[in-house]
Amino acid sequence: MTTIISQRDLPMTTLEAVPLTGPVPPSSPAREIEFRDAVREAMSEEMRRDARVFLLGEEVAQYNGAYKVSRGMLEEFGPRRIIDTPISESGFAGLAIGAAMLGLRPIVEFMSWSFSLVAADPILNNAPKMLYMSGGQFGCPIVFRGNDGAGGQLGSTHSWCVEGLYSNVPGLKMAIPSNPYDAKGLMKAAIRDDDPVFFLESERLLAFKGHVPETEYTIPFGKAAIRRVGSDVTIVSWGRPVHFALEAAEALAKEGISCEVIDGRTIRPMDWETVFASVRRTNACVVVDQSWSFGSPGSEVAAQVSLHCFDDLDHPVVRVHSDDVPAPYAFNLEQEMLPNARKICQAVRTVTYNA
Amino acid sequence: MSSASQASDLASFLAPTARPVKRKDIPVATLKQWLRDMMLIREFEIRCMQAYQDKKIGGFCHVYIGQEAVAVGCVAAIEPKDPLVTAYRDHGHALARGMAPKYCMAEMFGRIGGCAKGKGGSMHMFDRANNLFGGHGIVGAQTPLGAGLAFATKYEDEVINRGKSNRVTLCFLGDGALNQGALHEAMNLAGLMDLPVIFIVENNGYSMGTAIERGTTRADRIISKAAGYGIEGVEMYGMDVVQVYDAMKDLADRCRATSRPAFVDMRTYRYKGHSMSDPRKYRTREEEEQYEAHDPIGRLEKQLRSTNQLTDAEFESMGDAIREEVRECVAWADASPVPGIEELYHDVYVERWGPYTGTSLPSMLREMQ
Ligand SMILES: Cc1ncc(C[n+]2csc(CCOP(=O)(O)OP(=O)(O)O)c2C)c(N)n1
Ligand SMILES: [Mg+2]
Repeated sequence: MTTIISQRDLPMTTLEAVPLTGPVPPSSPAREIEFRDAVREAMSEEMRRDARVFLLGEEVAQYNGAYKVSRGMLEEFGPRRIIDTPISESGFAGLAIGAAMLGLRPIVEFMSWSFSLVAADPILNNAPKMLYMSGGQFGCPIVFRGNDGAGGQLGSTHSWCVEGLYSNVPGLKMAIPSNPYDAKGLMKAAIRDDDPVFFLESERLLAFKGHVPETEYTIPFGKAAIRRVGSDVTIVSWGRPVHFALEAAEALAKEGISCEVIDGRTIRPMDWETVFASVRRTNACVVVDQSWSFGSPGSEVAAQVSLHCFDDLDHPVVRVHSDDVPAPYAFNLEQEMLPNARKICQAVRTVTYNA
Repeated sequence: MSSASQASDLASFLAPTARPVKRKDIPVATLKQWLRDMMLIREFEIRCMQAYQDKKIGGFCHVYIGQEAVAVGCVAAIEPKDPLVTAYRDHGHALARGMAPKYCMAEMFGRIGGCAKGKGGSMHMFDRANNLFGGHGIVGAQTPLGAGLAFATKYEDEVINRGKSNRVTLCFLGDGALNQGALHEAMNLAGLMDLPVIFIVENNGYSMGTAIERGTTRADRIISKAAGYGIEGVEMYGMDVVQVYDAMKDLADRCRATSRPAFVDMRTYRYKGHSMSDPRKYRTREEEEQYEAHDPIGRLEKQLRSTNQLTDAEFESMGDAIREEVRECVAWADASPVPGIEELYHDVYVERWGPYTGTSLPSMLREMQ
């Protein structure tokens, strides 16, 4: 029996990249839909399957959703299951948690995750701790979902990347899909999950289109996707910045730097095995996380990779985050603040000694 | 929850049970100034909508068209030293409070000449010199702040200066904010601590697409909410700047004298969509027209003209001057440079030790190279 110390020279032929536009199965016809439609399909399918599932939030019913994610759902399911609420995040999130304790499976839409801050107590102090505090008696099968991250010049109060705050809390699960295929599969898994799931969508991706098969599927939590196979550096990301990472990888290929791009899909749990295996092959790691750097999911990845792949790394892990300032309104300042392909390229050149 | 719109029942919505107030003797020059102020806000907002279409303004932008009499009348009823805080539909309050329109416009253009150097945007207008403590983007967030501003004015008077500046704080909110817990905690505190703050609900009948009675209990009598906290509530007709002024002047004077909070159900209407992307499918064009017949600007204009206090020529030149002023303000905002990248790192902390440079990229990378 041989122990593999470094996987540097292992062949990559077994790896296959899944494109952001979704896998196209050879048998079924390609069907392209938007991210928002994928989320809605998942919710509607699960509501047909399980009468305990219902959706509530501001403007979700009559207005068809502030971002049209729930368009048409009121017609199909009626006002008892698609429920318009007042602007009372703390109230309706808490109400839904109570309902989940009794066995229902609520989906709570926050028009924006930025507005969930006024509901911080119920979503952080009740939902993720209920099972533990009750010694396993009361679970909390609930999905909180909505827009997360910069939407485009919305200013400091409306541009939260709540993964930076909320991923710190044990007892919750967190999915941050980057494309329609994942959004549907992960949402269906989230609704069936017996634990509270925080589902973070990016407004900037809602109109992004990809292949989503007609046939039913779910995507398990804690299973990353390799978006691009490469040999010089592992770029780990999730959600919208995966797109920037792929853009950077494309540009860097022209410079002769081969990037592997890993899309975590869920960050709680995180698929450490896939991340570590990749870093052991590439010997370099860049983490791209749109939240702030201090005490973030990005710093957790850097810490875990440093701990588990210390001997494989040729350079310390470098992280690309939003700049450590409140989100500015001005277009040029916001662009500069957010992670982008330029910053990712810079980070990759640094860890691969091409700077 | 009923589905008929409260706001569509025009007669009852705009005929509040106001307490009788003495009509004030208002000089004609003041009335003309108010007309001018309201016209300026409307012209400013029209240009904002154009600038938004032209992509000069980004993010969310909520215009104040239809509600002008509220900001102008309320501000006229208080003194410059009195603090004012409001929600995100804040351009009207900023202008009424005395912010130069060019600073307001440049802020929305994301320019260094903006009132917050382009860092706040449409929803977050601040003006220290004019005691405007912000537009606030999170529904209800400004209501505890309003209580806090009133607390501070009282504390300064009673603990620090032992004098009597006797300020009263105006805290504006939308009807949607009635349903935020923050307001209820703020009202309880204000009642408990005898804080001189007036919570003014700009009740335009809708929060986004939700008609008030679909989201709020006792929608026909929201002052009952204040009653629960021992706070005096007053209903006012918000489409007439003179009536707003008369009623608000009485109320503000009373709050000053008694150091007690108050609550106003200010009946008004927003003519346009909630924000720039709202097709207004939740209400009818007829309903909008009914309210437009109550237009605060047309109303005052008619009043002044019918009493021969305003000539056609005067009104025309007033309009011309305002259009010119707003045109100039757009040009000024356009000419103002975008903030330099270094501005990203200013104002994060008080800069006693020089500008903060951030702990993350790109500064971190620069150091590493
Ligand atoms: C806590 C919170 N939830 C949701 C929103 C999104 N939102 C912005 S304005 C608005 C409607 C508010 O209506 P209202 O208070 O009546 O004010 P109006 O727009 O009529 O001036 C909503 C739901 C927000 N900004 N903050
Ligand atoms: Mg309203």
